[in-house]
Amino acid sequence: MAVLRPFDKLPELNSATILLVGAEGGPQQQLAEAMLREKKDFNINIHLASSLPLPSERDHLRPRIDLIAFVIDIKSKYSLKNVQASLAYVDVRFFLGKVCFLVTGVGRANNCSVEMNAIWKLGEDYCSPVIFCELELEGIRVATAQRLLRMLQICAGRVPGVSALYFSLLMRNSAGD
Amino acid sequence: MAGGRPAGSAIEMEGAMRTLPSSGRPSGTGWQSRGPLFGRNYGLSPGSRLLPPRCQENADPQKMAFLLRKQWTLYSVSPLYKFSSADLKDYARMLGVFIAAEKQKGLAVDVDGELGIKVAMSGLPELRGSEQDPAAVLVQLSLRSSVSPKNSEEKLIWSGWFCCVAGDDLLENLPENFTCLPLFLVNGAESYTAIVGSWFQKTFDCCFRRLAISPLNLTWMAAMWTGCKVDKNTAATELLFSVPHLPQPLDISYAIHPEDAKALWDTVQKTPGEITQEEVDVFMECLYSHFHRHFKIHLSATKLVKVSTGIASAHCDGIIKFLQSQYLIGVLMLLTELAISQIQ
Repeated sequence: MAVLRPFDKLPELNSATILLVGAEGGPQQQLAEAMLREKKDFNINIHLASSLPLPSERDHLRPRIDLIAFVIDIKSKYSLKNVQASLAYVDVRFFLGKVCFLVTGVGRANNCSVEMNAIWKLGEDYCSPVIFCELELEGIRVATAQRLLRMLQICAGRVPGVSALYFSLLMRNSAGD
Repeated sequence: MAGGRPAGSAIEMEGAMRTLPSSGRPSGTGWQSRGPLFGRNYGLSPGSRLLPPRCQENADPQKMAFLLRKQWTLYSVSPLYKFSSADLKDYARMLGVFIAAEKQKGLAVDVDGELGIKVAMSGLPELRGSEQDPAAVLVQLSLRSSVSPKNSEEKLIWSGWFCCVAGDDLLENLPENFTCLPLFLVNGAESYTAIVGSWFQKTFDCCFRRLAISPLNLTWMAAMWTGCKVDKNTAATELLFSVPHLPQPLDISYAIHPEDAKALWDTVQKTPGEITQEEVDVFMECLYSHFHRHFKIHLSATKLVKVSTGIASAHCDGIIKFLQSQYLIGVLMLLTELAISQIQ
């Protein structure tokens, strides 16, 4: 199956593309809408997928993807399994700063179905930042949208002097124990 | 714009996107954001746990029989300050006076039938894992029938007990004057729970909180209790799931013959007497994939709500029912661990 590659297409002028991958449709859609509502000085394309690989027939229409955010809902073990299975279809060069894990549902510890060690391990194994949020709460959703936009801006090369790899290293240091 | 794309921003669906109705959760339910949510301690369970041990023969099963087959609501309690198990009689008297005072509040006329509540407190020394654990404390409220005081016929209306089974983590670094009984189990009307709770809170400067059991911990219970040996034929192992994001609530009940569940567990478990998170995951994964093969439903995407086995049954809202006296201590051990992790 088609592996997603970060550099096999040319970037588009003044635009950036993010791919949100996650089994739960509702919260992801809301996050995408929140990102669109934010003020920004470049065009963004948000692609939503429930899992990877992406269908190959529309590949020629798809722009270059600058950032992949895998959405994991801690209330659903399936969402974690789904992300783990999808990771096989991502090229290694994406993991140099162009991937992040978005863990939602963290306000509801009582509903937790996923072992948190597994999520931390995922972040460590794939050298990618793990971001905790609660997409069902509007305030946190907006903050997460802003955060993702900022990351997307960096990953698309729109912030002079800061590369995606450099940024993810910064994130890792701050998240480290 | 490159490639003739329209300017502006867009959301695009890739592939087979499941379009679920984005039904919002009812607000204000189950939202408890306390504790170090973003820390590494959050939501973790230990890599492995010991199997619930069978009770020693010298403990009298009859004594504990009244704890069985009743629904107990779980609370976690922070350590009690200046609590002494020698003064239980005095505490019972004080609590009795307090309840009478609370009941009388706002009542112009003394409704005497309502007020004859007798409080009994006693120790349950059998309920502990090791010598280190403080003895469990039982609180019982019973209604005196005022009609015939000589008969002294009493009706038990509320009971609750504090216990600590193998609470080593907390006991080790407990400051002086504190007694650690982190688990509180209640059977009876909520109004009495509130009164008794507020008295304990005032008297021993402690704090009560409902102890919910997360689906992750329920899977632990399902695996642990399946692995236990039960003498005679018992009820089926039953798992209850609720499907989220639906306009109408939908529950799925998954019942397995206890022997089949045990046989599956025996193939999963590697080291006897010990359970690891990985084994629990594999066990549940097997059950889920079996269900998926027949019904094409991913149970892993739903929420595990209730687990019932021949040993005990537990609901995620923090309600438990013990069914086997010999595994009472083992079940309490796990619950104590959960209560401690909630108050820490």
